[in-house]
Amino acid sequence: MDYSQFGAMRPELILLGIFLIVFLFDTFAGEKARKATTPLTLVLFGLGTVAMWILPDSFEGSVFGGMYVSTHTCVWIKNILNVGAFIVLLQSVKWIESPDDIVRKGEFYELLLVTLFGMYLMISARHFLLFVIGLEAASLPLAALAAFSKKKYESHEAAIKYIMTAVFSSAILMMGLSFVYGLSGGSLYFNDIALALASSSMSGLLLCALAFVLAGLGFKLSLVPFHLWTADVYQGAPTAVTSYLSVVSKGAAAFAFFVIFTQCFGAVYADAWEWMLYAVIIATITVGNLFAMRQKNMKRFMAFSSVSQAGYIMLGVIAGNAIGMASMLFYIFVYVVSNLGAFAVISSIENETGKLSMDDYRGLHKSNPWLSFAMTLAMFSLAGIPPFAGFFSKILIFTAATSTGSMALYMLVLIALINTIISLYYYLLVVKAMWISPDEPVIPAYRSACTERVALWLCVAGIVFFGLVSPIYQGIFNASVSDALAFFGMIH
Amino acid sequence: MDLSILWYLVPAALMFACGVYGFITRKNLIAILISLELMLNAADLNFVVFNRYLFPGQMEGMVFTLFAIAIAAAETALAIAIIINIYRAMGNIDIREITKMKF
Repeated sequence: MDYSQFGAMRPELILLGIFLIVFLFDTFAGEKARKATTPLTLVLFGLGTVAMWILPDSFEGSVFGGMYVSTHTCVWIKNILNVGAFIVLLQSVKWIESPDDIVRKGEFYELLLVTLFGMYLMISARHFLLFVIGLEAASLPLAALAAFSKKKYESHEAAIKYIMTAVFSSAILMMGLSFVYGLSGGSLYFNDIALALASSSMSGLLLCALAFVLAGLGFKLSLVPFHLWTADVYQGAPTAVTSYLSVVSKGAAAFAFFVIFTQCFGAVYADAWEWMLYAVIIATITVGNLFAMRQKNMKRFMAFSSVSQAGYIMLGVIAGNAIGMASMLFYIFVYVVSNLGAFAVISSIENETGKLSMDDYRGLHKSNPWLSFAMTLAMFSLAGIPPFAGFFSKILIFTAATSTGSMALYMLVLIALINTIISLYYYLLVVKAMWISPDEPVIPAYRSACTERVALWLCVAGIVFFGLVSPIYQGIFNASVSDALAFFGMIH
Repeated sequence: MDLSILWYLVPAALMFACGVYGFITRKNLIAILISLELMLNAADLNFVVFNRYLFPGQMEGMVFTLFAIAIAAAETALAIAIIINIYRAMGNIDIREITKMKF
């Protein structure tokens, strides 16, 4: 057997190595040494992230007879997710080291790394068997993570809601895949399915299969009308897990969605799924925005905000070309830093005072100016105010959606633009509560933990610089163009 | 006698529909879990039937089913663990009681 092919799996192998070291250390270290689990995980994962960014971009290759394929864009999205997971780890330290949860901190890191591993498999899978395994490895440990605060009732409620909808959605997905299998000529490879679909005519079974697959993946991405679990799970789960769910998990699912729908179902793009996705995007952006307006709990608010952001991410998918791919990756990258910036502030305040309501943020700038500053930047970036990164990612994703020149997509972008204006209202409500409200601050002045400050600085740096530093987008765009034939050969 | 493929596909579709119906209407978490199992097994049945009837020379559907069964078992184990947590916290597993967080 030729072991050199595993060189293409370098991201997975690095992650697996980190996981094994943390697992063995946490299992066999003595009572005193176990205090070092947190720094060990942070240092190892940080080094792994940096190593993956720096290593020469020669990851191309396929493993397991083409079930696993690594391309330039796959490496990019894995690096982006790594940054997100690292920031989540940083901001979770204070919570996991609190007396209630400290006995289980090893499990927290292990489960988190395992879900990341599942997401890697999802991203690189070019065969539905490997894809389903990756999807389940990514979503099942997340249910255990959602149930992590054993003493809080909300955590259990969130976990049961998450696991039930996750299993329901994977059952729907598998039903859809069985239909796809029936149409595919006996193979579950994406490329074989694409060829089989290109040579056959449209049928009711195919439409049914597409709808089932869209629904199954839509649950993971919390697209409307499959978003009903989102707010409850985000509110009940521990804040570190919520930020992980809303950013890293969503980014991986979005990329996998893109690969499946362009590479595998590309032949029926114009006939079938463009219109399904069109309707879903409009519903997602609008409903997410309308419900976000009436939320008072910050975590619920971020949940609906992330529903609406998922709609914007899907604009890159509906474009179905290399520009769409590049702008979607860039959007995810910017979304990672902006959303995690907001969550870093929320979790810092929750860890310190236990307060989560938007009303508690009133007058925050008097007691905690730096936190208010970071939160404001994050909100501006999420709303897309120049010159922050969110503005550029929105411009690029709108450009991508109109790049095919279809009139219908221009209309879609118009609707998305109107929704951006609506979203300004509720994002600025938070800013208004913090800076303009004349009330005395509810939250006393305090100094956040060192790790939280590092996480915040990383996010703020990302928000300020990602839009202005063009090599990032340039690199993503070059990677997408070099992968274009594999992904979009079937569409155009 | 040779049974046509429809004799398997229609029951599988019915099983899936029963699962969806049970998932929506049942009030007990264990009953919901059973409904989910019905849905997953319907998908497995579809895979096996398509493989046997349409592509008898290959094994991909069968292998997928084996993996899907293992995944379903993992899902059930995790769901039951969480249900036990709910039972410890609430004293029952009726979903009408698990409504602390809503709009």
